Formats: sequence, structure tokens, C-alpha cells
Amino acid sequence: MTERIWEVFRQQDEGDPMVHAGNVNAPDDELAVHYAREMYGRRGESHRLWVVARDAITELDDPDLLRPPFDRSHKKPGGYIIKHKLEAAKQRAAAEAGEGSDE
Amino acid sequence: MQYASFVIESSDTIQPLSPRPPYEAGDEEAFYAHVGSGGKVEADHWMPDAYRAAVLKFVEMHANSELMGVLPERDWIMRAPNLRRKLALTSKIQDEVGHAQLLYRVAEDLGKPRVRMFQDLLDGKTKFHNVFHYPTRSWADVGIIAWLVDAAAIVSQQALRDSSYAPYARTMKKICWEESVHIMHGRDVVLTLMNGTDAQRGMVQEALDRWWGPLMQMHGPPTDPAKDKDLHWQIKAKNNEQLRQEFLSIYVPRILELGLTIPDPGLGYDEAAGRWHYTEPDWVELKSVVTGHGPASQERLEFRRTSFADTQWVRDALLGGAAAAA
Repeated sequence: MTERIWEVFRQQDEGDPMVHAGNVNAPDDELAVHYAREMYGRRGESHRLWVVARDAITELDDPDLLRPPFDRSHKKPGGYIIKHKLEAAKQRAAAEAGEGSDE
Repeated sequence: MQYASFVIESSDTIQPLSPRPPYEAGDEEAFYAHVGSGGKVEADHWMPDAYRAAVLKFVEMHANSELMGVLPERDWIMRAPNLRRKLALTSKIQDEVGHAQLLYRVAEDLGKPRVRMFQDLLDGKTKFHNVFHYPTRSWADVGIIAWLVDAAAIVSQQALRDSSYAPYARTMKKICWEESVHIMHGRDVVLTLMNGTDAQRGMVQEALDRWWGPLMQMHGPPTDPAKDKDLHWQIKAKNNEQLRQEFLSIYVPRILELGLTIPDPGLGYDEAAGRWHYTEPDWVELKSVVTGHGPASQERLEFRRTSFADTQWVRDALLGGAAAAA
């Protein structure tokens, strides 16, 4: 069997990201494009299609590299909780301003 | 001044760190715990043979059903009452064949070559849904099938969007969106007939009288949840009876509001129990039909056998040509 698998990516509207839509089985790239259009473009639902041979795709799915089990919260906004510090700073500033007016 | 501790505490604004994949290749117990609790599986993940076989059987039957399902409707392309209906019906059939291709693609990635799936279907070794083993008698059948048969199918397919086997779940999302157009087409056909003459209304009632039995059988007999592997492994998310109840809840009111009669005097909603009661469907008929003894089973399989033989030259040209170019 000389068929190959082609992964299909589609773009909904101009400017949108290419999103994986599925895959087709075809003997060559010309037919793969036609099949991809039938499956993912016949209803006018796609602005653009990329048709990529599955064996041309290099995949990374190693969780040690993608989501290692360390605290990486310093890389995210949620890793900086300033609520208490801000309260404390505001209270201190307000207290200092209050002391100043008492003099 | 008392300062709060400035150690970064864990809070719900910090994303929980992803655990390592919860099962190693070969660990069946961990795999089943993973799928049983909502975990997903991709085509290139390790999976136990039993799970792979169960998903393949399920998807293959679904693909077969899409392929065979076009035949009842195909008969009416040349008999459609107007051009718009002809276009809509042709488009629907095109969509269903496309769905078959999407589903055979999913099944291929599980390890069974497509030509073997076709051969098994034509040899009667694999099944397709009961409703596609019955003949059509009038244009009203076209409306009833596109509306209610597709509706019953979409109830199943919406539940399958949560399947543990991710490639199937993703395909279901695409298929559900496309099926919703088919249902609107079917309902439009029925409504047009119901707003027509007495003869047209009579035609719809007569079609409903014939299709109600197969529709009630379509989701299958209630299964024992303890023994339902497809349910345990989350290949499907709802059991047969839940699907039938959901279908009845949505569609019985929509049928009755048109002035149609549902040909089951035992059908009614039990408020106290919170479920529909109905005359027990004929499970013997279902079994006989899906094993190829339905009124149109052999005629349709014979058509497929002839098509398959007649189109061998196309497959030879496509694949032979590619081999020559390689």
C-alpha cells in the first residue's frame, strides 16, 4: 500500500492561526490537497489549508521538557502575589502621612 | 507594622503543574484508571489490545453506517420535488460519505487497513446500524430519515464528543456540526409536507408509522452498566437507554406539535420516575436486521459489492500510479 498520511491544518479567517483539523490518506501530494479540500473546505468553512505529510512533522511530547515538575511560577503572572505586600505598603504610607500631619 | 509572610504561597491563580503521564506503556491497570477518570488517548499512545479492539469495532461500525446510510437517500436524488431539495439531498449524501472517510481514517490509525474494512462489510462480517437496512417508500421517508434518524444519531454522537479516544472525539465534533444541517433540512421537508395537502400529511404519518419501530431500536437494548466495557473505558459516555430517553425528550414534543400521531399507545412520560415509558422495542427484529436479514440489507450490500468491483480500476490507477512514480 503506497498511501501516506497527510495532516491538515486550516485557517478559519484571514489572520487566524493555522489549527490542526484532521488527516487524510492519499498516494501523493496532489490528491492529498484535493482530499483535504473535500474534507475541510467544501462548505466554505476554511480560508486556507496546509497539507503536511505526517512523516514531515517532528513532534515533542516529553513532559520533562514541556512541563517539568519544578516550581516555575516565576515565569507566570500568577506567580507574583502582591496583595498582602501592597496592603502593607499602603498602610505604612498612610500611617507615615498621618504622623507627618500630627507634627 | 506586621508584614505578611512574603513566601510565594500556592494559590488558585497558579496553574497546577502537569503530572507525568499517568501510565507507563504496558501498565494496563494505570491505563484503565486514566481513561475511566476522563483521561484521553491519542493514536500513537500505547493502549491495551482490548481497548484498541473495542475502539476499532465501535468506529468501524460507525464508518460502515455512514457509508451504507447514503443508499436509502440516494434513491431520491432523481425524484426530489425541486432543485433546492435535489441540491440539499446531494450535499447531505456527499457529507455522509465524507463522514465515512473521516471515520475509516480514524479506524486505519488503529491498525486495520481500509480495504479489509470494506471487504468485511461486503462479506457481512461487520455491521451497520439497523435503520439503514430498511427501504424507503415515499418522499416523506426522506424527510423523516433526515430529521429523526439523523436526530437519533446526533444524540449518540454528541455524547461521543467526550470519548476517551481523542481522534474519535475530535472527529465527532466536526461530524456533529455537519449533521445539524442535515436535521434542519429534514425538518424543513417534513414541515413543508405537513403544511401542504391532506395527502401529503397522510404520507408523513404513514412514513412515521413505518420508521418509529426502527428508531426506537436504534440506540440498542439497555445494557448492564457493570458489563459495558465501552462505558467503563469512556469510549462512549452515555449508555443506550440514556440516549433513547434524551431522543424522546427532545423529539416527541416536536413530532406531536405538528399534529402527527406516534404509533405507540404505550408511549408516555412518567413524571414521578422522570423517564419515558414505551412499548418494549422488538430486540429480536433488531438482532436479525443488523446481521443482514433486514428487508433491504442484501440489496444494499449487493450494490456496494458491485460498486467496489466496478471501481477497482480507479484504485489501481491511483495506487499503481503512485507506486510507479516512487
